[in-house]
Amino acid sequence: MVKAEAKNLSFYYGSVQALKNITLPILEHRVTALIGPSGCGKSTYLRCFNRMHDLYPYKHYEGEIILHPEGINIISPEVDPIEIRMRVSMVFQKPNPFPKSIYENVAYGLRVRGITKRRLVDENVEKALTEAALWEEAKDRLNDLAFNLSGGQQQRLCIARALATNPEILLFDEPTSALDPIATARIEELIHELKNRVTILIVTHNMQQAARVSDQTAFLYLGELIEYGETKTLFTNPKEKRTEDYITGRFG
Amino acid sequence: MKDLKTLIARRKFLDLLFAIVGLLALMVGVFTLLALIIDLALDGMSRLSLSFFFSYPSRFPEEAGILSAWVGTILVMFVTATTAVPLGIASGIYLEEYAPKNWFTDIIEINIANLAGVPSIIYGLMALGLFVYKLHLGQSVLTAGLTLGLLILPIVIMATREAIRAIPTSIREAAYAVGATKWQTVQDHVLPYSLGGILTGVIIGLSRAIGESAPLLTIGALTFIAFLPDPPLQTHFPFFSFEWLLSPFTVLPIQMFNWVSRPQAAFHLNAAAAGLVLLVMTLTMNGVAIYVRYLFRKRIQW
Repeated sequence: MVKAEAKNLSFYYGSVQALKNITLPILEHRVTALIGPSGCGKSTYLRCFNRMHDLYPYKHYEGEIILHPEGINIISPEVDPIEIRMRVSMVFQKPNPFPKSIYENVAYGLRVRGITKRRLVDENVEKALTEAALWEEAKDRLNDLAFNLSGGQQQRLCIARALATNPEILLFDEPTSALDPIATARIEELIHELKNRVTILIVTHNMQQAARVSDQTAFLYLGELIEYGETKTLFTNPKEKRTEDYITGRFG
Repeated sequence: MKDLKTLIARRKFLDLLFAIVGLLALMVGVFTLLALIIDLALDGMSRLSLSFFFSYPSRFPEEAGILSAWVGTILVMFVTATTAVPLGIASGIYLEEYAPKNWFTDIIEINIANLAGVPSIIYGLMALGLFVYKLHLGQSVLTAGLTLGLLILPIVIMATREAIRAIPTSIREAAYAVGATKWQTVQDHVLPYSLGGILTGVIIGLSRAIGESAPLLTIGALTFIAFLPDPPLQTHFPFFSFEWLLSPFTVLPIQMFNWVSRPQAAFHLNAAAAGLVLLVMTLTMNGVAIYVRYLFRKRIQW
């Protein structure tokens, strides 16, 4: 099942073309990894899915990203980016909790939607923290400031914040690049568990990570999609020379 | 090897030399200010008494007080704050969060920075033309408050923008990413996290306004006021009144100016005492600004 698909997607920062005609399906309840050297456009691609680019001037999209089952075009100017962001959540490179309590961080997405019923918010916060594997560590300190958590816990808090509103797609932009190996392993484990519930798109610099967590992998280079396929196939038997060179560390 | 040692010794000597020059430069400023304050305190202290605070000006220096001046200062500051603070914060938020980045907003930005440097007497002239002659607000508390409000508006706008800019983009993106609108992001995050910086700027702006006399003299503030404005709270229905806004007024710096320009030495002591009161008011405001900043910084670290 295809959850979303980019069709001839191009993206420009001013006159610089950052993405060139990308056509790529995102399979439902699968983890799709985006790999490639710095500046290849993988984060740019990811940020098209929740219209994050709309926050900044001098950019434009071409082509379409179809979101199933309705088949709406995510990047169409007629589609409200706020509606898209309510359905497509994001976890960023560096943990970015709000300077509020743990509870309020997770509850924020619900507050934005005008949900104020205490019991309902409580339930959703507990559910999201449990799914993000943070409930046991956080349940006795829900009113503590989020900054008092460790880096890895903060990132899991950000995952809980993204999950609390039941998104259909979860975007991860190098979620472990600021974390130590143990915290990284926990996040990877979490991504693995979460795919039963939500479709995941993850950008990573770390090829072992892509191999460990993803089902499908796409290799981008200089704004172009070079190769896409089953992660196992792409890593063991790449079709393209450039893919092979990159995954064997010959460039990048 | 020996060359190296002399080379290092020479450079270390330059180090020491600058430390001494820097310390001297610092001392010039600190000692001059300290001398001024001590002198003011020695002169004014003897005149500070309860009756000095609760007497109107008089032609007898021993009977003269600053009642109408400090009440005037507080009323004018109230008008200044209630106009400049909401306008300034709203403008700052608009410029940082809402305004498109184009040549028009660039021009506005440059002009706001320039406005902060315009001499205060120019504001006085403009206020005389606009508030007094065109809008017929009179030489009143309202005119004075609006004039000083305009004077500190650029300071409040710039402080707001600076405080907002200190919030990392990642925090804004986090709010937008869960579906917040621009206003929700501003209301729930941008404003609360920048409030410390904004308040600091507001208080610094107000403490500049509190010491201004030139623009108020230009609009025609009186120097001899032997009555108080109509009180804002009344004992009979509707229990409040805005009469005080249109009342003539004086403020502490103008009262000081008046006393200093008199020939009798006894009035100069009154001026020193009023100066001391003004100084304490300003320092208190700055102290509050520092404390507010500390309170907010303690809670928020990026």
